[in-house]
Order: sequence, then C-alpha cells, then structure tokens
Amino acid sequence: MKSLRNYLDKIKPQFKEGGKFEKLHSTFDAFESFLFVPDKTTFKGSHIRDVIDLKRTMSMVIIAMIPALLFGIWNTGYQHFLSLGQQADFMQIVGYGLLKVIPIVAVSYIAGLGVEFIFAQIRHEEVNEGFLVSGMLIPLVMPVDVPLWMVAIATIFAVIIGKEAFGGTGMNVFNPALLARAFIFFAYPAKITGDTIWTGGLTKGEGVIDGFSGATPLSKAASGAIDQIPSIHDLFFGFIPGSIGETSKLAILIGAAILIITGIGSWRIMLAALLGGVTMTLIFNVFAANAYMTLSPLTQIMMGSFMFGMVFMATDPVTASQTNRGKWIYGFLAGLFAIMIRVFNPAYPEGVMLSILLMNAFAPLIDYYVVEANIKKRLKRAAKLVKS
Amino acid sequence: MANTIRIKKGLNINLIGEAKKEISAIAAGHYAIKPTDFIGVFPRLLVKEGDAVKAGTPLFIDKYRENIIFTSPVSGIIEEISRGDKRVLEEIRIKSGDKPEFEDFGKADPLKSSREDIIGKLLQSGAWAMIRQRPYTIIANPANTPKGIYVSGFDTSPLAPDYSMIVKESTADFQMGLDVLSKLAGSSVKLGLPGVKSDFPKVSNADITYFKGPHPAGNVGIQIHNTNPINKGDVVWVVNLLDVIIIGRLFSKGIYDTSIIVPLCGSEVKNPKYFKTYKGVSIQSLVKNNQNEGLVRLISGNVLTGSRIKSNGYLGFYHNQFTVIPEGNYFEFFGWALPGFNKFSFSKSFFSYLTPDRKYRLDTNFHGAERAYVMTGQYEKVFPMDIYPMQLIKSCLAENIELMENLGIYEVDEEDFALIEFIDTSKTEIQQIIRKGLDLIRKEMS
Repeated sequence: MKSLRNYLDKIKPQFKEGGKFEKLHSTFDAFESFLFVPDKTTFKGSHIRDVIDLKRTMSMVIIAMIPALLFGIWNTGYQHFLSLGQQADFMQIVGYGLLKVIPIVAVSYIAGLGVEFIFAQIRHEEVNEGFLVSGMLIPLVMPVDVPLWMVAIATIFAVIIGKEAFGGTGMNVFNPALLARAFIFFAYPAKITGDTIWTGGLTKGEGVIDGFSGATPLSKAASGAIDQIPSIHDLFFGFIPGSIGETSKLAILIGAAILIITGIGSWRIMLAALLGGVTMTLIFNVFAANAYMTLSPLTQIMMGSFMFGMVFMATDPVTASQTNRGKWIYGFLAGLFAIMIRVFNPAYPEGVMLSILLMNAFAPLIDYYVVEANIKKRLKRAAKLVKS
Repeated sequence: MANTIRIKKGLNINLIGEAKKEISAIAAGHYAIKPTDFIGVFPRLLVKEGDAVKAGTPLFIDKYRENIIFTSPVSGIIEEISRGDKRVLEEIRIKSGDKPEFEDFGKADPLKSSREDIIGKLLQSGAWAMIRQRPYTIIANPANTPKGIYVSGFDTSPLAPDYSMIVKESTADFQMGLDVLSKLAGSSVKLGLPGVKSDFPKVSNADITYFKGPHPAGNVGIQIHNTNPINKGDVVWVVNLLDVIIIGRLFSKGIYDTSIIVPLCGSEVKNPKYFKTYKGVSIQSLVKNNQNEGLVRLISGNVLTGSRIKSNGYLGFYHNQFTVIPEGNYFEFFGWALPGFNKFSFSKSFFSYLTPDRKYRLDTNFHGAERAYVMTGQYEKVFPMDIYPMQLIKSCLAENIELMENLGIYEVDEEDFALIEFIDTSKTEIQQIIRKGLDLIRKEMS
C-alpha cells in the first residue's frame, strides 16, 4: 500500500492547478479518495468526526442490492432456458445471466459516471458518490433484452436533465434511476413493453416452446387472465419474468433488512408504502368491479416492482420527504397510487414508477406543511405568552 | 417534588482518558485572557506590557458597552499582549507572582443587598462576563431582567468533568452564587441535575429539574428548551457551574478569586486527573511530562465544542476542561470499505455497533470530505429539541431571517448542534453555520 501511496503522492502535483493534467483534477481526487480516506483533519467545530461518509453510506445501499442482482443474473438464465425448453445446469444458467446482465451494469456505470466526472470538473467540485447507487439501480429496473445503447442514452438523460440540471447530487427532484426508466418507457415504448422483452433472447426471435408466454404476472393480470398468475411461492422467490432485479421478493427483503438495520433506508417509508398498497387493495376488494380488483393484498404486493420500488427507490433520501412525519405520508401515498395506477390504467402495466415519480414531485410540498405545523406551534406558544 | 425529564435522543461518545478523581494543585505560572472568547465584544485595552496587576484589575473593556469590564484572573505582571491577523487582540498574557494578591470589592450578603448593588459589584469585578444571555450566547445586558437564570449542574459531553465532585469542594460558595443569581433573576435559579443518582450537594434558592438521558442532556440549551422554551423577544441568562462558585466567592470573601478545578483528560494524557488552578491557565505546565509521544491536538474545552490551542495555549474563559487527543493526518487505504470493528460510528454501518460499551481513542481525522446534503432523518436522532435541524441549517445557509426565526433559531446555540456535526455524513461545518446565522440575526436586530 505504501508504494501505491508514494506513487499517488508523486503524480499528485500534475493534477493540481497549473499541472499537466489540471483538467482531470476532479477525476484524480475521486480515484485518490476511493483508494485512500484523505488525511484531512478537523479544523473548526467538532474535533472528532464520525467515521461514516457518503462512500460508506452508498456502498451499504449497493450491498443491500447485491442479493437482488445475483438472483436477477440467475433468473435471467433460468427464464432463457425455460423459454427454449432446454435443460441447463447451474453454471450454464449463471453464465448466460452474466453475459446478459453485466454489460447493462457496465454501460450504466460508464455512461453515468462519465457525465458525473465531467460535471464535477466543470464545477470544480469533488465527484459526489450519489451515482454509485443510481448506476446499480438502473440495470435492476431494466428488462433484460433492453438494447445497450438505450441504457446509455437513458442514463445520460437521467443524469444531465434529472440531476445536474438541478444542481447535482442532493438537489435533484426526481429519482435519477426512475427517470432513466421513464425515459425509455416514453421514448421507446415498444422496447420496454410487451411479452418478449422480459426474457433473454426472445426479442431476437429465438425459438420458443409451446406454452411459454414470457408475459409478466402484471400483464396477465391486466389482460384479465387472473388464473394464470403464478403461485405466491413463485412470486415470492422470483421464478417469474420481470425486470432484472425486481422478481425475487426474498432478495429484496434481505436488502430491506440491511437498509433498516444500518439505518440508511427509512423504515418509515417502507412500512408506510406497504400500508398504502394494502389499503388500496382492500378498497378494490370491496368494490371488486373486475377480476383485477379481487386480487388479494399479498398477491398485489408480490407482483411487479412494488417491493423493489418501495425498498430501493421510494427511500432515496434526496427525492423523498425529508421530515419523519412527511415520510409516513409520502410512503403511504406512494404505495396507494402504485396499486391504483396499476389497476386502473391499462396503458401502464406497472404503476410503481409513475407513483414514485409523482410523489417525488409532491415530497417538498408534504415537507412544507409538516414544517409549517412546527412553525405554527412555535408562533402559538409565543402568542399565548403575550396574552397571559 | 422536582420534575424529571427524559431526553431520549442523543449520543454518548465514550473516549479513553477520563480524569481520575484526584486533584493536584499547580503553583504559579502563566495565564491569559482571550478577548476572542467573548462573542461580539470589541476590546479596548486598559493595560500595557510590564504592568503589575492584581486579580480583579481591569484589563480591557467593551468599546460599545463600556460598563462591561474584563479583569485579570490572577495577580502578576502583564507578560505579553499578542495580536493576530488585522491586529485582532488575541491574548493578554499574565505571569503570576508567588503570592496571590486581590483587588478588594468588599464582602456582602446577596440576600440583603439590592439588585443594583449586586449588578454593580459583578460589573466592577469583571465577573459579569460570566453571565451570558440566550439567544446569541453573548454577555448579558445588565439593563435587562431575564425570564430566568439557568445553570446546568452536569456535563454530558465526552470526558466531561464531574460537577458533583467540584461543587462538593466549595458548596458554601456555590450556594452563595445561587443566592446572588436568584436575586438577579427575581426567582429561583433553574438548576438542571442528572436524572441518575448523583451525590450533588443539597442547595436552596434553586428550582431543580432532573434530566435523564444521553448527551446533550447536560447542555443548558437543551434543558431550557425542554422546560420553558425561548420565544422571540425572550431573554434568559445562563451561567456555567464553575462560574457560579467564583461569583459566590466574590460576595463571601469580597475578592475576584478565579480558582477553579479543571480536568486534563484525553487518550494522549499519561495520567489524566484534575487540577486546582485559576481561570485562563496555560496547558504547558499541565501536560509537561504527562503527554504521549506523537502528534497531538490540544483542546481547551471538550472534543465537540472546544477550541484548538497551541502547546503553550490557555484555558478559554467559558471552558471547563483540557482535552488531548491524537491528530489524524494520515491516509487510510480503503478506510471507508473496512468492516470497522474498532471504529466509532453513530450509524450502524460499522460492526463496532455490536460493542456499544467500548471506549475509543478517536483522532482528528475528517473521515472523508465535504459533500452535498444527501441523507435525511439522521440529525433528528441526536437533537432533542422540537425543531427541524436540517431545515434550520439550510435557512441559515440561505440567510433567510424570517424562516430562521420561524424555525426556532432563538432557542439554539452552536453547541447544541455539535453532535449533529459529529455524525454528519456530508461532513459540513454545522456549528459554524449556526453561529453565522445567530450573528446575522443579532446584527439585524440591533
């Protein structure tokens, strides 16, 4: 490690102002602080600091997503061979999955981090770690057969328009990963809907055996084929077609546990979203106007990206409500609207994306009223004193 | 029956190097008074180098409030008057003589004296500077009558001194101090005591509330907020416990005797213990032969709110301890990625949370660099006030005075935000942001 440190110290001056690679200053900083926690010491204020930093926080979220990623890789291969009607051993399944998933992850990171590095350099700031999480979220919410160039364009759009235009990490209104997905959804609807996109190889017209549809549980539910929805067992463990990271609820629950134990993901939002989703389903159950409305809360929660969205997307601290009371309202409504959009709107098989983006827009308003209540209480206290 | 208030939010930081309960006296030495300790004071010097002074001899006054006098904490010779950037008066250093000499201000029974006489004696002796007002934490205006005078009877900050032990050394003077302050307030002094069993002596003229819970339960600002919060236009006064004793002595003996008991603590002190000395003492003789090898940070005050001092630096006017911790100017390979069994963090993202009672040798490493505000809901966990800390911090950054008022700026002091600064993932200088906000409001209001 010492030789690496010495090497970095040797080349550092070239990246300083007036150095040969002055233009790569932010990039050098990012790599250096990735390898070594800086030697910077406290100057003013508290003389000691907690060891936590944004890198640690973000890497915790990534660790929480790893179970979903690993299962997604396996399931990609599994669904592929299922569609072909071929027998395949574990290594073949994982091998195919890796071949399909890793390029999407790589493209997402390269495109997103590229933009981040350029903007950090323009702004003369250090590179913020926010994209480390977005870069992993984007592949996990993509269908496996999505073209790579589309991932790249969507990512660049999300980072530039969704984040940098608002001032960078911490300032964005909408969750960048969801924005990337929404971009593809609206710009290339044919490529992200339908029954073939969810299974690796299907879009290229590779042979499909009879009886394999490739349709997700959601599109089956939307078309009224309620009896064809997979069992709760399959929905829970994730042996179903769907976006890469969303299928296994078990993997998502492991991630949720990591986020809650470390205190990084808000349990308030997750719990409130669950309550919101269940409430909406129960209301639908009462009316039961069509077959979709009669589905049990458990099936609704287990289908589609509800759990993935509520655990990893709705909890994004930047775009969610910031006050604790606001988080309850925000989460509840996000869950409620997700189920409502899903059932009511035949044009969108899944409502989670639109629901969370909608609540992202309303989060500042919710916070405004929560904080306003605190302000009113304070003014009331002062007024009471003046009277007495 | 006194009230007990439970403070649920907060964090105790367990450090190595707590002071042993033994008191050593230190002989004559070097002392200083630092005009920069007094927020908003513009000093006008009354002495020059080489002058002989007694304890209680005026050294400087506030240019804009000439009745506020600052006097010498010890007797001796003015050794040096040092100035910093832009000729800011930094330190007035005094070399104390062998035999302490005191200016005579006359004994008095506070309960029989008038409020005006008491104020006069406090102003004349220089002890008035010990009485500070909230909001802003500046020296109180003698013309005001406060809503109440608050004293915290315990300190919960890292390696804090044991106030019960210190008060027991001079119970009579402490009681006399409470009598003086209750006369000033027109009501009993609001004294906050620890909720757990303590051997704090019985006192009168004090309205006692017990506070149970982790740091910052011992902060006087937290105690005020949880009993009778400050509204816009309110003024309350606060006095440090050590200073109550000095004020008491002024009336019982008629002299400005600033002798205090302060701990020298921290992981880099070989033999951490208490010292009986005077206000403004130099750390130099205390740490001599009593400090570990290596680069260290000397702090006047505690690790969260204290100020950095040089190897011959002095105890701040409002500080009640010295702390010595290691400097953290090293690179750490993949430091952010390690499991961290031995790293202290409020977050549970390091495995050290499995061993909560462990004591740590923390250094001054920043553990990262400044970032945008990303995380939410964390500040609230260590901030036991009905105030939205993140929103208040942002209103201070935006210099939006009306919003700052509405969000409760009058109820807070920078020290109440020290824990937030400690746990901050974004590594921002939060105490300084709050101080600037308070200074801005003070200027707008005057």
